[in-house]
Amino acid sequence: MVAWIVFVLAAVICLGGGAGVVLAKNPVHSALSLVATLFGVAVLFVSLDAEFLAAVQVIVYAGAIVVMFLFVIMLLGVDRTVDAEADPLPGQRVGGIVAGVALAAGLIGIVAYGTITGAPSANGAVQADVPNIEQLARVLFTDYLWAFEITSVLLVIAVVGAVSLARHRRDALVDTDLPGDDDVLEPEVTA
Amino acid sequence: MLAIAPPGPGPYLALSAALFALGAAGLLVRRNALVMFMCVELMLNAVNLSFVTLARELDDLGGQIAVFFVLVVAAAEVVVGLGIIVAIFRRRQGATADDLSVLKG
Repeated sequence: MVAWIVFVLAAVICLGGGAGVVLAKNPVHSALSLVATLFGVAVLFVSLDAEFLAAVQVIVYAGAIVVMFLFVIMLLGVDRTVDAEADPLPGQRVGGIVAGVALAAGLIGIVAYGTITGAPSANGAVQADVPNIEQLARVLFTDYLWAFEITSVLLVIAVVGAVSLARHRRDALVDTDLPGDDDVLEPEVTA
Repeated sequence: MLAIAPPGPGPYLALSAALFALGAAGLLVRRNALVMFMCVELMLNAVNLSFVTLARELDDLGGQIAVFFVLVVAAAEVVVGLGIIVAIFRRRQGATADDLSVLKG
């Protein structure tokens, strides 16, 4: 009973937050709705006995990724361009909604009529009496050690890429502006 | 109070499917690159939810490990993606998908 109540509440939070992300006009509201969805998913993780992932979800997603989104939104100024008005690609909005509904119907149909296949693994079985973090660590640092190390390489590449993208080079990269022009105020010149 | 069995994998997977479709529809409909990114995060979270559900269902911690790696990759992806958006914003006025159509060459 309690599990169902938790599930329904978290599901409502998730879907409400997701709808907020998609529908909100202001990107800041989208980011805050995303936090709601991420918390809802974290609650569901707890109810699925994945306590470590729930904590990481809140810390990494809600704490770091969304804050970075908000930081970029604030840095760039809340986007003035309302993307609801101009529609240079007629029918795209309707097409997107139709595609989304079709995708939802298809996926839910698969869930409803499909069966879950797959064998329980030999070396990663969940033990009820061992804490979640300990089990996860044991699997991560034995079976998945190589993937874990490769992940660190990925993170280094991401850091280097972000720094080189964000570095401001005065000589190159500026589109068409004259020296001394502030490129934010410059009217858009498109080829 | 009635003793009702806790929700099985079905409701979790259905919720995950709905979230994924919501994110996909948002990605197709919205034009703001930042909001499109958030929709991608929504889809990643939906997949994470089904990973954890199936990890419990199949009694296999590999699903939770997969979520761990998805989290790391999502963080890296957001860092690089937002870096690109900031770099574009520095050169151009807007960062909606329409403004970026000049990239088609």
